[in-house]
Amino acid sequence: MSRVASLYTMCPDAAAAERTVDALLSAGARREDITVISSEPFDRYEFGQHEKSRFMPWLVVLGAILGGTAGFLLVSLTTKSYPIVTGGMPITPGWITGIITYELTMLAAILTTLLVLLLTAPLFRWKQEPYDVQVADGKVLVGINPQGDLPDKVKEVLKVCEDGAGGGIER
Amino acid sequence: MTTTPDQIKHDLINHDVINHDLLRPVGQASARFFLVVAMLGLVVLAGFSAWGYQLYSGIGVAGIRRPVFWGFYITNFVFWIGISHAGTLISAILRLANAGWRRPVTRCAEVITVFALCIGAMFPVIHLGRPWVAFWLVPYPNERGLWPNYRSPLVWDFFAINTYLIGSITFLILPIIPDFALCRDKFSGWRKTFYGLLALGWRGTQRQWHRLETAMHIMAIVIIPVAVSVHTIVSWDFAMTPVPMWHSTIFAPYFVAGAIFSGIAALIVAMVFLRRFLHLEEYLPSVCFENLGKLLLLMSLLWVYFVFAERLTIWYGNQPAEVAVLWLTQKGPYRYLFWIMVACNFGIPFPLLAIKKLRTITGTCIASITVVVGMWLERYLIIVPSLSRKFLPYAWGTYRPTWVEITITAATFAGMALLYVMFAKLVPIISIWELKVGMREASESMPSVVAVSKARPTVSERSEHETVGFKNSHRVGKP
Repeated sequence: MSRVASLYTMCPDAAAAERTVDALLSAGARREDITVISSEPFDRYEFGQHEKSRFMPWLVVLGAILGGTAGFLLVSLTTKSYPIVTGGMPITPGWITGIITYELTMLAAILTTLLVLLLTAPLFRWKQEPYDVQVADGKVLVGINPQGDLPDKVKEVLKVCEDGAGGGIER
Repeated sequence: MTTTPDQIKHDLINHDVINHDLLRPVGQASARFFLVVAMLGLVVLAGFSAWGYQLYSGIGVAGIRRPVFWGFYITNFVFWIGISHAGTLISAILRLANAGWRRPVTRCAEVITVFALCIGAMFPVIHLGRPWVAFWLVPYPNERGLWPNYRSPLVWDFFAINTYLIGSITFLILPIIPDFALCRDKFSGWRKTFYGLLALGWRGTQRQWHRLETAMHIMAIVIIPVAVSVHTIVSWDFAMTPVPMWHSTIFAPYFVAGAIFSGIAALIVAMVFLRRFLHLEEYLPSVCFENLGKLLLLMSLLWVYFVFAERLTIWYGNQPAEVAVLWLTQKGPYRYLFWIMVACNFGIPFPLLAIKKLRTITGTCIASITVVVGMWLERYLIIVPSLSRKFLPYAWGTYRPTWVEITITAATFAGMALLYVMFAKLVPIISIWELKVGMREASESMPSVVAVSKARPTVSERSEHETVGFKNSHRVGKP
């Protein structure tokens, strides 16, 4: 057993990355410790399936509802602030309240989508490891960030990755 | 090491070539680029000078007079908001339809939306007599104790345009983030730092890809009704007013259709120039122009349908004030502009787009340029004749634009081109990662072809392959 911060290998394609991930799992690595980095999404591969989120659309719906409520309150409350006697007639009718409510519902949905993406992707973490610029050339990085000690067998798996020239790089 | 079929497919997508071709315009700036920027910049400067002159002298230096209070400025406002429908709306529809040929097109289109919206939204401000109080449209607690009048369609415009602008910027920026990361990895020096900051720490983990794709999907769903609402509300600026030929229920769908029509035309023109001057012939294949040309043809027919339906109803209704405006445009002093508009929006584009032999890149480009001209004239003809001939003779008048309005109008076209050129110099104008996904899916859909072509194909061969792939992109897994 040896202690490392992160360890990765470069695979030539997604299929090789998939095999490497399977081998890592068989060697005793935990799935949540494995990172696969690529220059394009690989939806159909097993290693990508575990990162799918089902909560994102619901958060957006929640944001939209809040935005719509804010829009409704904005129109209804501000028009009531005018000291005008209208004999019970609304200054801003329902049709118009609907337009503003609609626009703010959509605006809130857009902003919530952006916010959820930034927070959950997550972005704004500039110095995260592992990373290798070869990803830009189409290689797929398979890395491991072990929380505890790393079994030696896992390191062996990374070294025999199909890339040949790559091998595991210790950080 | 043995070569597996997966690797052969992977090699078909030559990342080096794609990266090189699409990052080349970003990394280099020729003398021609600076010349173009200088020329466009001069026109934009002239426009700002004209606006400065108007601010100094007062709105009277523009040609707008009672009763024609809306002239070139509002024409430009409606026109540019219409052009903005090129990008986000079309891109969102194509994304949701999973049209494979959209991949090289989407970013070119989304950029148009953002810049056209920025330019369009300037015009109500330019049109104001006191533009420095434009912020009164913003609903915020203030010392005046006043809130915007929500019953005014201009306030609806404020909300709709801002929502669309924020949505469009988000829709544009999200898929650029991975390309910024690519630029970070491929460039050195200050560019590496610059793009590193813009990449927001993107690495390309599977979680990031999933979140990005989910966000893009949600945005595509949300942005379509927003886009429709924007031009609907712009049409209500007119339709809510009891002015001859404005107070009509057909205006909302008519405006939305017109916006998409002019938007597609602007997109085609932009793509032709990009293809020619950035040497992107292999990445913007003719199939993109072919398909956009078909869409343009459809919108041309829809436009004719709306114009006919609107005018027939007014003619048959025979309301004196409305019929007067109708004949003003068809037989009166505006007749030349009207028939030029019909020729530009239907007469010329229809044969060019309907006849397959003529629907070439050149053909669609000519048709698109005429449509852009025709749609600007349409906006002008909606606004000016109706205002110049209202219900009572005391409210009749004429409109003649001044040099200030003409200069500002010319500057907006130059400004649009300038922003587009600058953007193409800073950001890959084609979404590189989406293109690679498209090529990979295309290669996966043709296993038999891939299996026999072990030798790496040339770029032009890949382009052909890609073109076929785009056409068959829905047939993943089938030979």
